[in-house]
Order: sequence, then C-alpha cells, then structure tokens
Amino acid sequence: MIEVILLSFLSAFLLPLFFRFNKKLPGIISTLVAFFLFIYFASTLPTILSGNVIKESTPWFPAVGINFSFYLDGLSLLFALLITGIGTVVFLYASKYMEDYKYSARFFVYLTSFMASMLGLVLSDNLILLFIFLELTSVTSFLLIGFKHEKESSRYAALQALIVTGTGGLILFAGIIAIGIIAGTFNISDLLSNQQLIVQHSAYGLILFTFLLGAFTKSAQFPFHFWLPSAMEAPTPVSAYLHSATMVKAGVFLLARMNPILGGTELWQNSLILFGTITMLFAILTAVKQTDLKKILAYSTVSILGTLVMLIGIGTDFAIRAMIITLIAHAIYKATLFLISGTIDSQTGTRDVTKLRGLKDKMPITFATAILAMLSMFGIIPFLGFIGKETLLDSVIRSGLYFPFLPIIVFVSSVFVIAVASIVVLRPFLFAFKKTPRDVTEAPFRMWIGPALLSLLGLVFGISATYSLTSIVNSVSASIFNFNSDYTIKLWYGFNLNFFLSVLIVLVGLVFYRYRNIFIKIVSHSAIINYVKPSFWYDKFISGLNKLATTQTSLLQTGFLRHYIIIIMLAFIVFVGYTFFRNIPLSEINPNFNSTTYEKILAGVIVISAFFVVKAKSRLYAIISMGVVGYSIAIIFVLYGAPDLALTQFAIETLSVILFVFVLYKLPKYQNFSHPTRRMRDFLIAGSSGLIITLIVFYVTSIQLQSEVKKFFSETSLPIGMGRNVVNVIIVDFRALDTLGEITVLGIAAIGVFSMLKLILREEKN
Amino acid sequence: MYSIILSSTTRIVTPLLLLFSFFLLIRGHNEPGGGFVGGLVAATAFLLYLIAFGVLRVKRLLRIEPLFLIALGLLITLVSSLFGLFFQEEFMKGFWLKEEIPILGKFGTPFLFDIGVYFLVIGVILKIIFSLAEEDKD
Amino acid sequence: MEALLAIVIGVLYTAGIYMMLRRSLVKVIFGLVFLGHAANLLIFTLGRITTGKPPFVAAGATSVVEPFADPLPQALILTAIIIGFGVQAFAIILFKKAYHTVGTDDVDKMNSTDRIE
Repeated sequence: MIEVILLSFLSAFLLPLFFRFNKKLPGIISTLVAFFLFIYFASTLPTILSGNVIKESTPWFPAVGINFSFYLDGLSLLFALLITGIGTVVFLYASKYMEDYKYSARFFVYLTSFMASMLGLVLSDNLILLFIFLELTSVTSFLLIGFKHEKESSRYAALQALIVTGTGGLILFAGIIAIGIIAGTFNISDLLSNQQLIVQHSAYGLILFTFLLGAFTKSAQFPFHFWLPSAMEAPTPVSAYLHSATMVKAGVFLLARMNPILGGTELWQNSLILFGTITMLFAILTAVKQTDLKKILAYSTVSILGTLVMLIGIGTDFAIRAMIITLIAHAIYKATLFLISGTIDSQTGTRDVTKLRGLKDKMPITFATAILAMLSMFGIIPFLGFIGKETLLDSVIRSGLYFPFLPIIVFVSSVFVIAVASIVVLRPFLFAFKKTPRDVTEAPFRMWIGPALLSLLGLVFGISATYSLTSIVNSVSASIFNFNSDYTIKLWYGFNLNFFLSVLIVLVGLVFYRYRNIFIKIVSHSAIINYVKPSFWYDKFISGLNKLATTQTSLLQTGFLRHYIIIIMLAFIVFVGYTFFRNIPLSEINPNFNSTTYEKILAGVIVISAFFVVKAKSRLYAIISMGVVGYSIAIIFVLYGAPDLALTQFAIETLSVILFVFVLYKLPKYQNFSHPTRRMRDFLIAGSSGLIITLIVFYVTSIQLQSEVKKFFSETSLPIGMGRNVVNVIIVDFRALDTLGEITVLGIAAIGVFSMLKLILREEKN
Repeated sequence: MYSIILSSTTRIVTPLLLLFSFFLLIRGHNEPGGGFVGGLVAATAFLLYLIAFGVLRVKRLLRIEPLFLIALGLLITLVSSLFGLFFQEEFMKGFWLKEEIPILGKFGTPFLFDIGVYFLVIGVILKIIFSLAEEDKD
Repeated sequence: MEALLAIVIGVLYTAGIYMMLRRSLVKVIFGLVFLGHAANLLIFTLGRITTGKPPFVAAGATSVVEPFADPLPQALILTAIIIGFGVQAFAIILFKKAYHTVGTDDVDKMNSTDRIE
C-alpha cells in the first residue's frame, strides 16, 4: 500500500511536466490515477469482505515505534473507495471546470496530493503516521481553499481553515503521544487488541478531550464549524471533494477508528451525542437562511456531520450501521449536488438562489441529475437516502437515549433537510425561466456525466442494498465494533413507525419549504443564533493575538543592541548565578593554581592583550592585540595536545588579521560614545558574568570526569573510522552530519558577504 | 604597491604552500591536518599571491570562480554521504577501498568528504577576500 | 593550569560582553571575536586538559593509550573556529555596509529599523 500512496504523490508532482506538453493533460492524467486507485482498492474487496485484513509495514523510525504501517480493513476500505471513486468523478469534472484557469496544473497537483494524503490517513495503522497525513490533508486543503489567492476572502478562508483544523490537529498530537506512552505502541491494530488499557487509565478524560477536539475541528462540529462555510471560497470541485465527501469526514473516521479504543464510556457517549446533536440542529437551521447555493450545501453538510457524530455517540450496532449508510448516501448525493452547484455557477454566472429560476428546460440532464440527488437527500423510497433515514430514525428511537428529546430533534432537523434540499434543487430549476448573467446552455459532457452517474448510483444502491451493501456495511461495523456482525440490510421493512415518520418528515418538510419565509423572518429577528457566532470570536481572538504580539515586541524590541545584551546577561547572572550559589557552597571551590612559568606567562599575555584591546585608542593597536590573543590561544592548543586546533587557529588568526586590515582604512576613527557611568555599569554586568563563568569552571574542573564518549572514539577510530587522527575521524566520519551542516553555513556566509558587497556596488553605480 | 622582494618570494612560496596544503589534506586522517586546515593553507597561498600581484592576476591563476568551489565542495560531501543509501545502508555510512592507492593511501568516502571540505573552505575564504578586494578596486 | 585557564576564560568573557555593550560598531565586532575565543577555550577546558598527549593512534596500536586529550571537544572547537571566522567576516562586511549607508558607526543611530512603534 505504501507503493500506492507514494505513486499518488509522485504522480502529483509529475503533473506540471505534462502541463508543458498539453494544458489539458494534468486533469486527464489525475483522473486516470484516481480511477486506477479505485480499481486497485475495488480489487481488494473480496479479501476484506471475507473478513480478512491486509497489513503492511515498512520501517521508518523503528527505534521509537514510528513506521509506515498500513492497515486495510472494512472501515479504511470504505473510505478508500469513497476517496478514489468520488475522486474519479471530481477529477473528471475538474478537468473541464478548471480548464480555463491559468494555474490549472497547480490545482491538480494540490488535488492529487490531497487524495494521496487522504488515502494515507485512512490506511494508516500508526497513530503518528495518521497524524502526519491528517496534517497533510489540512495543508492541501489550505492550498486549495486559497487557490484563488488574489482574492482577500480566499486567503482569509484558507488561513481560517488551517488555523482551526491545524490547532485541533496539534492538540490531537498531544493525545496520540499520551496513548503512545501509556500503551507503549502507536500501532492502531495493537491498541485494538488491548481496548481497556486507555479507557481505564487515569488520563483517559484528557486523551478523549484531545481526540474529540481533533475530530470536531476537522469534521466542523459546533462551535468549530464556521471554517467550513468560509471554505466555500475554494473552486467548486474542491468543495464537492474535500469539504463534503472526504476530508471533513476525516474527523468522523477518526472517531469511528478510535471507537473500540476510546469509546464505550458514558463520557464518550454523552459528549458525542451532545455536540453531534447541537451541530446537526444548529447547522440546518442556519442553512435555510442562506442564499448562496454553496453555503446552503456547506451548512447542510455540517448538519450531516453532526448526525454522524451523534450516531457514533449512540454507539449501538443499529446506530453504527445507520452511520455507515448515511455516510455513503450523503457522500454520493452531496458530491452530486455540489458539482451541480458548480455547473449552475459556471453556466449561469451566479450561485444566488434568489436569482435562479426555471433552469429545467435549458439544462435537462443537470435537472434530472439534481432531482435524483434530491430524492436521495429527501429519503424517498427506493433511494439509498431512504435507507439512511429509516435506519437513523430506527436507531435513535431504539436506543431510548434522551427520550423524547433526541428523536424530536432528529425529526425537526430531518424536516429542515427536506426544506434545504428543495431550496437547492426545486427553486433554481422549476418555474418560469429568469434571466441570468450568462446565456444558459447544458453543461459539457465531462461536467454532467460524473454527477449523473453518481446520482444514479444512489438509486442503484438503494434498490440493490441487500446485495450490494450488506457485506460492506457488516465489514465496516465489524472494524468499528471489533467483532463480526451479521445483519441483512433491507430496503423495505413494511409499514412500520419509521416509515410513517419518514413520510411525515417529507410532507412537513415540503409544507415548510412553501412557507419558509415566515420562519426566516422569525429567526432573523429573534433567534439567539445571531449571538452565537464562533466566527466572531475567532476574529476577536486573531486580532487580539496580533495586538499582544505587537505590544510584547515593542516592549522587548527597543532597537538598542545593548538592551538586548543586557537583558540576556542579567538573566544569565540572576538564574545561573542563583542556581550555582544555591547548590554549590563556596568552600567546595578550591582552584588549583599549580602551573609552570610558561603557562603563567601565556595566561598573563592573553589577559594583558585583552585589556589592551578594550582600552586601545586606535584601531591598529586593537587589531594587533586581538591577534596576540588569538595566537596565544593557538599556543594553548599546542601545549595541551590539540595540534589540529593549533594549526587551524594559526591559519584563521592570520586570515582574520588580513581581513581586518583589508577593511581597516575604511573603518571610522575609534571613538568613545558612552558616558563613564554607563561604562562602569557595563563593566559591572560583563565582570559579574565573567566571574560566574570562572567560578563554574573552577568547580567543574575539580570534578573527575570519566568520559565514555572519549573511550568510544579512541577505540573505534582506527578499526571503524580507518584513521589514526581521532579528531579528524570525528569530523569527517563519526560526526560528519554536523560538519555537513557547518560547511553549509560557511557557504551561506560567503554568499551573504558576496551579495551584500555586490549590493553596495550596484547602488553606487546607479 | 609593487615590491620585488614580495613578488619574487611569492612566486616560490605560493606553489610550496599549495603543495603543503595538499599534503595536510591527504595525511589528515592519520596525522595533524585535514580538509579544514588544508583548505585554509591553500586559501592563504592564493591570498599571498593576491597581495603581491592583485586580484586580477590571482583570478587568472585560479581560473575557477570561488562560488563554483563552494558548490563543488558541498556536492562532493553530499555525494560521499549518499554512498550509504546506494548500498542499502545508513546515510553517511563510511566505505573504504580494500587496496591502498599510491600517494593517497587508504581511500574511502570519509576521505572524499574531507576533500569536499577542502574545496569548500578554499572557496569560502577566497569568495570573501575577492569580494572585498574587488570592492576596493572600484 | 585549569584554574589559570578559568581566569583567562572569565577575562575573555568580560572583555567580550563589555565590548559588545559599546556604541561603536567596530568594538562590537571585537566583542564578538572575544566571545568566540572564550567559548572555544571554555569547551576545551571543560573537556579536561592533558599536557602534550594528542589523540592519535600510535603505529601498531589499535586504540589511543591513556592519558590523552579528549578528541570530541577538539572536533567541536575546530569547526567552531572556522564558523567563528565566517561569522566574523560576515559581521565586518555588514558593518562596512551599515557604515556606508548610515554614515556613522554609532549603534544608537542605527536602531530606527528595529524599533516597533
């Protein structure tokens, strides 16, 4: 599986090359890639449905248990099929939709990378790997939302989505690390076999909190939902793909995946039901008020995501099955509707439902497709949506949780779903044609074929549910529950309570649709919805953060170099000095001044030259004294067994003097700018720092040192490093990576010098 | 500032210094020396030439742009590090030839790494000094 | 000798920090050089010093015979010396450019770009 993911990433980065041959190639090739992946995953269906799982692992960082481990079971296969299947349709659609954009190759690079990341996410068996792919989907989503980056609103929306989902992801990371510490493994499949471990740990609440935040931000649950409607700035294929069918379901996937590991507790159940229900109701109420087709669809997506979270929270096998069916049905009809909204937008020039009327005659195929998708969203028999709605109602009532509030809320929001579906489909297509900004024609082939097939799929799956869906739903619920379930899905259960409720929902929904304006008026005047605006608090938070940063920076960044140094040195004196004197009694500092005359003279020369440099009245004296200090240090290296250092120091000191001399006669005259009292203050700070360092060295050198590293290097230098000069072996072999970094820095310094001087030259010439 | 003594000494000393730097480089793995010191000494040799004859002459002597030496040095160190990956081993793993090569002695990827360092150091020092010297000229 | 070196290190640090607190940019650069020397000596001394026994494997032996100087601090310092030179060169040129542009080497007159109002 690692090959498949690598291949997808690789193909993403190769797309710009094809763009050079033909501007249409990237779209076509990425469609083929998605289709190929779909076939690949479909070919594993028999294996997975017969109850097996496919596991693969390639070592990456085995020492800390991070590996490229992949795990294909029912749940991940379902997602992989959705990602690649809907992906194929979206890519095909986009290959036409994005044709005229200037940077279409870039678009397909992002979109294909997203697909690869999303596949990696659902296939990961390793929590760290899962986190990495989760972040990759956030990053690619950021790039795609901000695709029209010349628009202010696009940039704002992209950043908002990145901050919200990225923050959630980082918090999730803390939870993942905690699980790794508690369980000693990051492997999901290992965790699955030891389910009680995390749940019974005292940190369970905290871990659950991080996972919920990660999932809720990603899946746009209240109060983090606001980024999703903003994300509609993205080109429509992106909205259909990322922000409806796949990426926003990553949170749901995470919850489903972790259900056996973190689920089953009251805390889990209640928090999922609470947030899921609030999201479900709140979002669908907001959706009705919108006029932008995409915004309506976005809010209704948020609502469905809430429903899915709630169903996972209820957690009975009926609820999980309802979740899976709703997820499939929603992915299919919502992707279709999004693509249709894109078609309407590109054919008519507007997405405002108040401006669209009677498109049915101009766009018959699109109309038929839209009707099919709408019927599935309505939950009309024999569409897949019908089974979804039936099982949803059934599981909510059957669970008996929060009776009668939960069933009532589900009923109300279902009514609103009908209204929303009607607004999206009936309103623009029915009635007499109203003139639009552009002359309306039917969509081109590549833009209608995909949605049409998808919408038919909703019908086919509905009719054939018993045969086509039973085994996959059982397989998926087996991976969510971690046991084998054996249940037959049926389209028709007879005239029972759920059926009558379904019918009632559709009827009430249609009536509501007819008189929705009354509702909108009431809501817009009275509802608390206007006060509950997380996006408002998000803006407040971001601007507050900026203000804080400005205040803090202007406080610390005064523009005076010496202030910075004084702050650093005072901190050093206070913290290091305090720690040192508190822990080491002065009586333990017994410096040993035994030394030969040469050594005394050498030390004296350095101290005196240093003093000369500080006191020198002319630059030349300072430079010469500086040179004396350097050469004396080289002699110290000679005396204490470091010939390599001595050689280097001599060479560098020579170069350094030459360098100073080159610049010397352009240097300004040596001047004393500062006041004597200030010099006194500076001397006190510098002197105390120097004194503390001296005392520390006194103390440290009086302790015997047994260096294992020294022993290791001396013993392995010849046998492994093939060299007798241990220092050089360390530099070019044992610690060569360090050296590589250092010489890179050197190279950059040289280029920096060069460019600075060239800049001066060019300015002079102008 | 032309000086006969300086220029005639330089003519002899520069090749000697270059030879010495090469000597430091190849014996660096077993005796004091190595790419860093060798590179510094080689740079000093060119520097001496620069002081005696000026920046144009030394550029003619060197023939290559110092920036090229920097890039070459980095490339050599990188290539020497990549050997490990080619042979399914760790990055930067050292490989040595079985037989000794005349003059150079034992040859392996760490030695290649040292050669890269040697070129880079020459390039860096010369680039800095050349930039300064050229600016003075303008 | 360690005690003497400790004093030398302290003096070098004092000189370095004092010079970096001056207003004249040339002195600040000298301060930077001092700090480099001081840090190198500090690492050298903290690795313990051994008189006259460089870390070389003698002919015929397979490992270095005790006592000998610790090679690791030496390797670290060797690259540090050269990096220090790079930084020094960069600082000198930066100073040149700044002096050229602003017309003074008084650090206090160069702070307008760094201050946040």
